[in-house]
Formats: sequence, C-alpha cells, structure tokens
Amino acid sequence: MSLWLTSIVFIPLLGALLLILVPASKSALIRGFSFVVMLIGFIVSLPLFWAFDASSAAFQFVEKVPWIPSIGINYHLGLDGISLLLVLLTTFLGPIVILGSGAIQKHLKGYFISILLLQTGMLGAFLALDLFLFYIFWEVMLIPMYFLIGIWGGLERIYAAVKFFIYTMVGSLLMLVAILWIYFNTTVPGIGHTFDYTQLVQYAHFDVHAQLWLFAAFALAFAIKVPMFPFHTWLPDAHVQAPTAGSVILAGVLLKMGTYGYIRFAMPMFPDGVDHFKPVMIALAVIGIVYGAMVSIAQKDMKKLVAYSSVSHLGFVMLGLFALNAQAVSGALIQMVNHGLSTGALFLLVGVVYDRRHTRMIADYGGIAKVMPWYAAVFTMVALSSIGMPGLNGFIGEFLILVGAFKSHPVWAIIAATGVILAAIYLLWMIRRVFYGPMTHKENESLTDLNLREWATLVPLLIFIVWIGVYPNTFLSKFTVSIQHFLEQTIR
Amino acid sequence: MEHAAEQVHHAADTVAAAAAHAPDLHYAIWLLLFPLIGLVVNGLINRNWPEKLTGWFGSLMIIGSFSVAVSLFMQLLKLDPHHRAVNVTFFNWLNIGGLHLDFAFLIDPLSVVMILVVTGISSLIHIYSIGYMHGDARFRVFFTYLNLFVFFMLILVLGNNYPIMFIGWEGVGLASYLLIGFWWEDMSKAEAGMKAFVVNRIGDFGVLIAMFLMFSHLGTLTFSEVFPAAAQHYAHDLNNAVIVGIGLMLLLGAAGKSAQFPLYVWLPDAMAGPTPVSALIHAATMVTAGVYMIARSSMFYVLAPNAAWVVALIGGFTALFAATIGLRQFDIKKVLAYSTVSQLGYMVMACGVFAFGAGVFHLMTHAFFKALLFLGSGAVIHTMHGGLHHVNDHHTDPQDIRNMGGLRKKIPVTFWTFLLATLAIAGIPGFSGFFSKDEILAYAFMFFKGEGGLTILPYVLGLVAAGLTAFYMFRLVYLTFYGKYKGPEGSEEGLHESPAVMTVPLMILAILAVIGGWVGLPPVLGENLNKMHHWLEPVFAPSFEAVHYHPEHLSMGTEWVLITIAVLTALFGIGLAWMFYIKQGREAKPDSEQTGFAKVLWKKYYLDEIYNAGVIQPLIKTCKFFWHGVDEKVVDGGMVHGSARTVRWGGSVLRTLQTGVVGNYAVLLVIGVVAILLAVYVR
Repeated sequence: MSLWLTSIVFIPLLGALLLILVPASKSALIRGFSFVVMLIGFIVSLPLFWAFDASSAAFQFVEKVPWIPSIGINYHLGLDGISLLLVLLTTFLGPIVILGSGAIQKHLKGYFISILLLQTGMLGAFLALDLFLFYIFWEVMLIPMYFLIGIWGGLERIYAAVKFFIYTMVGSLLMLVAILWIYFNTTVPGIGHTFDYTQLVQYAHFDVHAQLWLFAAFALAFAIKVPMFPFHTWLPDAHVQAPTAGSVILAGVLLKMGTYGYIRFAMPMFPDGVDHFKPVMIALAVIGIVYGAMVSIAQKDMKKLVAYSSVSHLGFVMLGLFALNAQAVSGALIQMVNHGLSTGALFLLVGVVYDRRHTRMIADYGGIAKVMPWYAAVFTMVALSSIGMPGLNGFIGEFLILVGAFKSHPVWAIIAATGVILAAIYLLWMIRRVFYGPMTHKENESLTDLNLREWATLVPLLIFIVWIGVYPNTFLSKFTVSIQHFLEQTIR
Repeated sequence: MEHAAEQVHHAADTVAAAAAHAPDLHYAIWLLLFPLIGLVVNGLINRNWPEKLTGWFGSLMIIGSFSVAVSLFMQLLKLDPHHRAVNVTFFNWLNIGGLHLDFAFLIDPLSVVMILVVTGISSLIHIYSIGYMHGDARFRVFFTYLNLFVFFMLILVLGNNYPIMFIGWEGVGLASYLLIGFWWEDMSKAEAGMKAFVVNRIGDFGVLIAMFLMFSHLGTLTFSEVFPAAAQHYAHDLNNAVIVGIGLMLLLGAAGKSAQFPLYVWLPDAMAGPTPVSALIHAATMVTAGVYMIARSSMFYVLAPNAAWVVALIGGFTALFAATIGLRQFDIKKVLAYSTVSQLGYMVMACGVFAFGAGVFHLMTHAFFKALLFLGSGAVIHTMHGGLHHVNDHHTDPQDIRNMGGLRKKIPVTFWTFLLATLAIAGIPGFSGFFSKDEILAYAFMFFKGEGGLTILPYVLGLVAAGLTAFYMFRLVYLTFYGKYKGPEGSEEGLHESPAVMTVPLMILAILAVIGGWVGLPPVLGENLNKMHHWLEPVFAPSFEAVHYHPEHLSMGTEWVLITIAVLTALFGIGLAWMFYIKQGREAKPDSEQTGFAKVLWKKYYLDEIYNAGVIQPLIKTCKFFWHGVDEKVVDGGMVHGSARTVRWGGSVLRTLQTGVVGNYAVLLVIGVVAILLAVYVR
C-alpha cells in the first residue's frame, strides 16, 4: 500500500506545522515557504493524472487502515475518475492562491497556516472513502475558511463569516445525523456496522421512505455548499468580504465540495431519493441559472457580480448531475473544473484592480483599457470562457450539460439555455463599463498593467482555459468510465 | 449470413477504394494555420514593428490561406462531381456516450465557394487596411483582430459538424465585437459592439436548441450523418414538428448572424467599426454565415416546407423593410448597411424558396460589389477627412452625404469603381448582381408557379425591394459624387484620391463586381452556362432527391418576361433617383426638417426605441427587482434572517423551559470555541 494519497493530503498540513516554527517577522520566508509547500503538493499529485487507469471505475491508490475499529471507522482514501480532476484542480490552485495573496500584510503567519490547513481539509474530503473521515475533513475545511473571511476580510467580515459558518453548520449537522442513522441501520455481512463508503454503497439498501429522508438531509447540506437557490445568500456576502485568495478557494474548490457531495454520496447511495426529488432539484437548478444571471446583471460591485454568476454556473452543474445521462453528467463534472478555473481567474482579476484602487465598484472605473491593455485582454478572455465561448473551456461544460439535459428534460433545458444569453449581458456590460469609454476618474490614469506576479497567477489558468476548450478529450477521457458506473448506481 | 457479410465487406472495399481515390487534403489545415500564425505573431510577438511590416505580414498570411483555398478548388475540380465531398479529420474533439464529434473539415463545392470568397476578399481588405488604418495607435491590434476573424470564419465554413461550425460562428461574433468597438474610447462604439454580441447571442440560442433537437432525435450532429438520418426518418413525414423546430431554430440563428428581421438592429450600429471591417465582416463575409448555414442545412428545409416558407417570408420582408429604411439615411455607411440587410434578406428568401444555389450565388456576387461599395465609402470618408483636416474642421461629419457632392472629379478612381458596384447591385444586365438577383427572382416565380396563391409574395417582395435598391443606391451616388460640393468652405482643396494600397483593391473588386456573375448565366443565354449552379448542384441534390422535389420549369418566354420586368424595375428606380437629384436638383434635408413618413423611415421605424422601452428597460427593471425585492428582502431578509430570529426566539423560550437540549449545547459550544479563537487571533 503506497502512501501517495496520504502524502498529497497531508503535505499542506505538514507545511502548516513547520510554519509555526518560523518567526512571524520573516514575512518573505513565510510566503516563500508556503508557496514551495503548495508547489510540492502539486508536483506530488500531478503524476496521478498518468498513473490513473481511466478504463476502470474502481477506486485506485487505495489506502485503508483501521482507525477506530471498535466502531467501524477506517482511515480509507481512494481516487476514481470523479475525484481525480477535482484533486488536481485543488493542488493546481494551491500555489496560485499563495501567489494571489500578495496584498495580505496582517497576521501573515496565521493567514498562510489557515490556507494550508484548508488545503488539507479539501483534499481529504475529496479522497475520503469513509463517511466519518469525510465528515471530519468537511468540518476541518470550515474553520480556516471562517478565519480567512473573519480576520482578513473586508469591512463587514464578521457578519459574513458568521453567516457562512452557521449556514454551513446547519447543513452539516443534518448530514451528521443522517450519517449516524445510516451507521446504525446497516449491517454489512461479516463486518457489522460501518462508516465505510464502499461497503455502504454496496450493502446499504434502505426502503424508499428512509431514502427520502436521508437524501433530503445530505442534499440540504450539499445544496447550501453549492450553493443552490434559495440557499445561496451567504455566498455573495462571503465572497465580497473574503480576501482575494479566499474567494479563489471558495469559488475554485469549496463550492465544488457541494456538487461533489451529490455525485459521490447523495446520489449513488440513495437512488430512490434521487428519483423522487429529481424534479425539484432540476427546477431549483434551472431557477438558479436564470435567477443568478439576472441578479448578476443588476450588480454594481464586481465581486458580487462574479459571486452571483457562480450561482448561475453551479446551477448548470446541478442540472447536469440530475439530468442523469452520460453527456450531462460529463458536462457537469468538467463544468466543475471550468468554474474553478474561470471564476477563480475572475476573482484574481478583480483582486488586481482592488489591490491598486481599493474599490470594487464598477462605477469607480471606466476606460481603464487605455492604461491596462493586457489586463483588459486577459479579463476579456476569462469572461468569454465564463460566458461559454466555443473554443474555450466553459462551452464544453455548458454544451454537454444542455445537450444531455435536453434529452431528458427539454423544456428545462431550453429555459436554462437562456442563461447563455444573460451571461453575455452581465459580463460584457461589466467589461464595457470598466474598460471602455473615456477615462472618467483621474485616479485611474496612473493604474499600472499586470505585474510579473499577477501574470504568474493567471497564465497557468489561461492555459487550461484554452486546453479544455480546444482538446477536451485529455480530461473527459479520464472520467468516462467512472461516470458510466455512477449512472448504473444512480438510475432507478 | 455469409452473403451479407460479403456485401458489407464489399461496401467497405468500395469506401476504401473511394478513400484511396480521394486526394489527401490534410494540408487544408494551413487555411487555419496561416491566420493563426498571423494573429499570434502580431498579437504577442510583434512589439514595435513598423506599420508596413505589421500590415503586410498580416496580409500575407491571408494571401497564404487564399492560395490554399485555390489549390483545394483545383483538387475538387479534378474529382468526379459526385465525389466532391471530402471529410478531412484532424482529431477527435468530443466522444461522450454516443455524441461523437471530430475536429474535421468538410471540403465540398459549397465550402470551397465560401473559403474562396472569404480568403479572396479578406486578402484585398487586409491590403486596403494598410492604407486606411495608417497612423492608428492600435494598428497592430487591428491586424491581429482581422486575422482572428479570418481564422474563425474559415472554421465556420469548413467544420463538418454543427458544433465545430458553431465554434467559428461564435468566434466571428467575437471578432466582430472586438472590431466594432475597436475605437472604444468612444462609448457609443463600445456599446455598438456589445449590442452586436448580445443580439447575436439570441440567435446563437436558436442554433443551440437546433443542435439539441438534432442530437436527441437524430443522434448525431455531423453533416454527413445527420442529413441522411433526417431523410430516412422524416422523408415520409414532412413538416414533422421536430424538423420544423430545427428549421425555425436555425432560422433564429441566421436572423441573428445574417441580420434578418427582427434581429437585424445590431448591423447598422456595427458601422461604428473601421470601414474595412464594415466591408469585410459586416457586408461580404460574416453576415452571410446565416445564409451559408441555411444552405448547408437544406435537408431540414426540404423536409419541413413550413419552416422554409417562414424563411422565405422573413427573408423577403427583411429585403423590403430594410430597403425602405435605406431610402432615407444620410450617413453613407448607414445607407450601405441597410442595403446589406436588404440583400441578405434576398439570400435568405432564396433559400426559403429552395433556391439554395442561387442564394449562395448572390452571396458571392454581393460579397464582391458590397465589399467594393464599403471600401469605396471608406475612400470617400478618407478623402473627406483630408478635406476637413485641411481647414481644421472637427465638427462636420465626414460620413454625412449632405456634406458631400461633386466628388467624382476629385476622386475619379473611387467614383468609377463605386459606380460599377452600384450598377451591379442595382441589377443592370451584364453586371454581377443582375445574374444572381435574376436567378433568385426566377426561382421565386417558379416556386409560385408550383404552389400558387400567396406564394407569389416572395417574388413581389423581391421585385419591389429591387426597385427601391436601385433608387436609394443612385440617390447615394448622385448626392455624393454629383452636384455641388457642400462641405465647409476651403475644405475642397484638401480632397485627394486615396493611395494605391487602397485604390488597387478597389479596382480588383470592380473587375469582380462586373464579371463575377458570368459564372452563372441564365438559361435564356444558352444551355449549361450556369456553371455556378452545376458546381453547387451535388451539395443540394441529396436534399431534393430525398423528397423528390423538382422545381417547375419556366419557358424561355416567361424567362424573358421576368428579366424584362426586373430590368424595367431597376431602370425605373434609377430614373426616379435621376429625376429627383439630378434633374430637379433636390437636396437632402437637414435633420430638423424631417417630417411625416420620411421621418419615420429616417428614424428606422423607431425599432430601437421600441426595443429599448419594450425589452431592455423591463429586463433591467426585473433584474433589479430580483436583487433588491427578492434576494435581499425575501430570500435573505425573510428566509435566512427570519429563521435566525426564530431560532433566537425559540432559544429564549427553551431557556426558560430549561430542557437542556444537547444539540443546542453542541452548537453553542462550537460557536463559543470559534469566538474565543477568533478573539485571540484578532488580538
């Protein structure tokens, strides 16, 4: 048994522990060290991409040791086609997030410890195959994120942090109750009660009534995390208040934890629940798409606009998952990655001008393409990827989701497709007001274009934005078999 | 069993033999690589190259593509007409559960006509731009965007399936957006770019839905598979809702891209872009993409005649409607813009009456004469700029024909080439536009002969539009080039002919505008002289065969009558313009004196105002309501904070009851720990 996955999960934690030893005054060292830790984490995880056997739906690189054997808790990690890209997305964003934290000055050490801790929590949650272990990692993510918003956030950071915390906590507790219920009501032959996911998904067969409650409990926890309409109002507050790097992690990875929860746990474990709640989930997903996009149009704050656009984009992911066919689910999975790249990049980009001008209001800009032409070009490109421009990544996801959803739910798919028009409106309108026209504010005349550090954060994202759009097979081929397996488990 | 296997084997052999016979056309990728190199070099590598080098580099790349296009044309010529459809696969793009899409080209007579027109006209316009954009601060960026446009336009016409076509489709929309707003310091230009993109997106929505319908009902999106599948399933079930739906949704897409009613409103505003862009993208090539798509999808329209009828009506109506607006415009480019909308209507209408070949023929001749008209207008504007600059006048509008007049002696090359193009668009016999327009009208009449009744409408709409076209084009020529010069005093001395990089492309296009129609001579001049028709025939033949459609034949006598009517209509329009603006010497009135219906036309039927009040403002209001009214008040205020209040209230009740719920303690414990940690941290 190799310790590959364990090292991927715990390298950031180890880094955080070592960071405690560094004196708080050595800020350059703290930054550099954190970056190196994240980079090592990424380099260690990268070969998974080639080592992974895409022709098998089984969990690979599995590590399983009894942890608390008396109550059937294992330390159980494993990777399949569904988690592969999400794990790599997380480790890939790690160094970028550190580089994107250039503006942080306060409590530097605590900040980077939080980020590293968060990284371990997220990677653990994606790789855990034991419900108890998953729950632990799920909660571990919560605390550092809470601090990131509450300490390094904007003016109303406490309100946003508490809202984020309580909202997520409410969902988590419901999920905990459901996990415990499953534990006590399942007996695996030869093992007894267990939290082991691979055993439960195989042996736990609950009657329809129980499945409805269990699905509802899991679904609510995950719906809050996604977030789905109408559980989304913590997101704009959290995003607006969070520091740039916090927003990037939030949009890039944390929100995927919700959609991942559906595809890994809520859906394959409770197929009858899926069958029963499918109409509601699809309706909420489509409402989220259109509603999120329309609310985005009305925004005056760039970050809030991007935050609401996330509600819309994640609606696409949810629509894809619940359309339950190969195209739609593949689209949903690649769209999870796309949203991480594109929205992550958008938050980085908003951070670029925020660092310079300390305002996120659209009205405070105007005509700045004159002084920041490269910034404008990169921003436009990322916006186009978010709009779903064919040839870039966003289109692959939206197209597959809609083509699949149309087969099973044509009317909902048509309504969802109007989101494509609305997305063009809110993003291009923002671009027009920020970049074009005459220079309306004197302060903006001295704005400088992207610096080397900013280029370094953006170029890797741009590469994948183009790659996925032009040659999506590199990535889609990794999860085709896993998704087939998921559909067999889930469809009743 | 064995027999069947043998047959399959035999069939495979035949396919293999055909494949072996077909030339290897993979080098067609150079069509894309040339502009790609151009845009990468000029976009990323080129830092401070002199203008000439930048411009010629960009132009040479397109000339490179043009030579590849010519070579592909030669290759197809060598093949038997019925094997002139070569699929060239480069790599597998998507392969998910039965959705199999390659990045592949379909090289057939239709796509070859398109790539020849696109690369040919693009080459000329690139060269022209070296002169026209001289001195612009973003000269380099301009050529980058032009190359970007050609790159995507070629993907659009070459893709062998709908999604690849759609990559090009949206890509050219992006190039259009960037180039309309090229001078974005002027907010109105940036707005025009955004308007173009968003209105086009409405059309794109239609293309998406059409693709979804195809995939869910026919199981494929590749041209060579989806058309036979449609024929197989629906040839005996004409006007099935699925096919009608596909046809109408594709029409919605075409209405966006090819500026048909009611989505045409972006195109006149698109004239905010530099004039070479108007010529290339918003007249000759990109805006014809919708026509190309409808022609490419001919199978769906023959299988859904009801959808085709809508196509014919929308096209015919657009042709007439836009022509009436063109009567009363004063901006030289706006006149041409409405003329473009009108001519696109002609092409769309042709497809609606199953004259796909004639539609594509008109697409080609229009590309020649309309590109020439726009470049000519650019030369006029260039000249006017020179004149106004001479007297330091920055207020007079160099595009307003009310400030022009008498220019023919000042800029003879521009005048003569412009006049030739005008004769072509007006449909004067011998000039290119005459032949393609005549063919469309002949088909529209045949369609009526076959169907009877109201199907006369396309013919009538087309004929009236032709008369109006002749009138407003000659009005434009007379007001611009004849009469007295009406510009500011002294500016006349500053008027000069444009440089050779601009006038040579004008002359080349003028030749094409004259002779470009000779590849499609009508049957009255002799059998088999319509080379264009025969060239394109194999593309549309499978569609007609699927439903056994044979257009009515017209007798020689009828043909002559139709031609005579068309020519007389054109001459009447020209004559009227001559009478008004030469004989009576009428002047176009200033803005303040516009009244009555003339004012309604000048104001474009107030359609933009109607859209603003009826669509845009309500949409923004709804969005704001969703945010403030729903999200802030109901979802967050009511639901979230409401439940928080309830919990607080419940908590106080529970506290008095002293039940000691463990869960509450747990939550409080966690929150307490966090609060303490937070307090420590912050301090």
